[in-house]
Amino acid sequence: MHAKRGRTGLLFLMPSLLGVFLFVLIPFSDVIRRSFLDAMGNQFTGLNNYRELLGNPAFRLAVRNTLRFTLICIPALLLLSLMTSVFLHRQKRWGQLLKSVYLVPMAIPVASVVLLWRVLFHQQGIVNGMFQWMHLPAKDWMNSDAAFWVLVFSYLWKNLGYDIILWTAGLGTIPDSLYEAAKVDGAGEWMCFFKITLPNLLPAFFTISVLSLLNSFKVFREAYLVAGDYPNESMYLLQHVFNNWFRELSLDKMAAGAVMTALVIMALVLLLERAWDKKG
Amino acid sequence: MKQKIILFFLGILAAAACYPIIFLIAGSLMGYQELGAYLAPVLGEAKGFAGWTLFPMYPTLRGYVELLLDSPSFFIMFWNSAAITGGILVGQLLTGVTAAWGFARYQFPGKRVLFTIYIALMMMPFQVTMLSSYLILNKLELLNTHWALILPGAFSTFSVFLMYRFFTSIPEAVIESARLDGAGEWQIFWHIGLPLGSGGIVSAMVLGFLECWNLIEQPLTFLKDRSLWPLSLYLPEISLQDAAMAFAASVITLAPALFVFLAGQDYLEQGIVAAAVKE
Repeated sequence: MHAKRGRTGLLFLMPSLLGVFLFVLIPFSDVIRRSFLDAMGNQFTGLNNYRELLGNPAFRLAVRNTLRFTLICIPALLLLSLMTSVFLHRQKRWGQLLKSVYLVPMAIPVASVVLLWRVLFHQQGIVNGMFQWMHLPAKDWMNSDAAFWVLVFSYLWKNLGYDIILWTAGLGTIPDSLYEAAKVDGAGEWMCFFKITLPNLLPAFFTISVLSLLNSFKVFREAYLVAGDYPNESMYLLQHVFNNWFRELSLDKMAAGAVMTALVIMALVLLLERAWDKKG
Repeated sequence: MKQKIILFFLGILAAAACYPIIFLIAGSLMGYQELGAYLAPVLGEAKGFAGWTLFPMYPTLRGYVELLLDSPSFFIMFWNSAAITGGILVGQLLTGVTAAWGFARYQFPGKRVLFTIYIALMMMPFQVTMLSSYLILNKLELLNTHWALILPGAFSTFSVFLMYRFFTSIPEAVIESARLDGAGEWQIFWHIGLPLGSGGIVSAMVLGFLECWNLIEQPLTFLKDRSLWPLSLYLPEISLQDAAMAFAASVITLAPALFVFLAGQDYLEQGIVAAAVKE
């Protein structure tokens, strides 16, 4: 009986599994194979492609930028969204509405905002106009190192609401009685935050960081639509490298790069699963 | 006082979140002259800086009229976007719902490994699978057709994962009792799983829609023919010289996504939470 039921489970899974094998897993195993071959795809070269990749200046620049972007954006986003959620949690009257409002950027197609970004961050655009009004020096946003910060801003803008929803869900699981007991014992707001809120949010913290990291790959859309294939050096990301290699048909480098990125993400996923298991 | 400062801070963030919508709508209602006056510095026709207002002085629908009457390519792109999004979502419904049910409700050998693979795939950015997708689509001769986007998209493992989370929260007792009453496995899926898991299915569709309407990397890589492009690639091509049209096109592209967002709001929030936190 049980074995038969197991087969039924597989049957339910079958259509999807076939598609995943056909469109992803089988071709990806071919990519793994190619990552050990030369560019023409017939000579075994061992780890040569990987070695070449690690020495490639464009790749190194992109890795550096991507790491820098991640290390700045994710802590900034986590902090800003946590702070907002804590405030929001206590706004009984406006909380729900505001939470939905913060999610709006998720619905706005990148292609539609590009127009706004162009008008805002042009050298004679609105932002520089405001800067002048505040007596700050104007910047050529898209063609200098400032481009990196435009990207950071755009990531924060897009993902703030998403993270707020996640934090709020985490805050909702902390029983009010904990706070009440602490207040009775004379604990102040900061004390409550550090002794109750933060420790209780620790499990959520990890999940939210990983999801924020994965969402950070999507900033490429903004970067690409605003600045094209070869943007200012400061916002040249891994995704740009992949795109440009694809156009040049450097399949050997692409294959090695894809395998390496997949390994990094696989490691993150296993860590995430572990965190979920501990909780469940 | 402290309360007021907090509310002020929250209000500023809310304004920043909504500003693009207001900006685009205001722009789409301006005539060429008004837009030209505000944007002249950005277009390189004047000194100083671009300005803006949220209330057009002389509101007009000319941008929309021009877009809808004089640019047939816009209709083609809109239709392309709709076909791609619709195709992917239907595919996810057909294959994803049953797969999620299989993962959520049955034990079978290899389940853990397969499920880990599904999670890993949903986390992979497009660039990782770009080459492999290209290789298989090339082999199947699907490049430069909408199928090149629809087929890989239809097997998105994210929607499976999301619906799985909802299906697992159905109590086992409900299913056991149906089994005792002699219901077959398919009947249980159809009469219990689907209705009780409908929230998850809607969530997956809402999140799926927002994602597909926004596809950029895939069409850019797999569609050579511009007449097949979706709106997301067409919009940035309109130059600011045709500002009124660019604004109208941006608003029309935004409209379906905003509609789905407003209609599916609760499901969207549930979906975001369900994908991250285990019950």
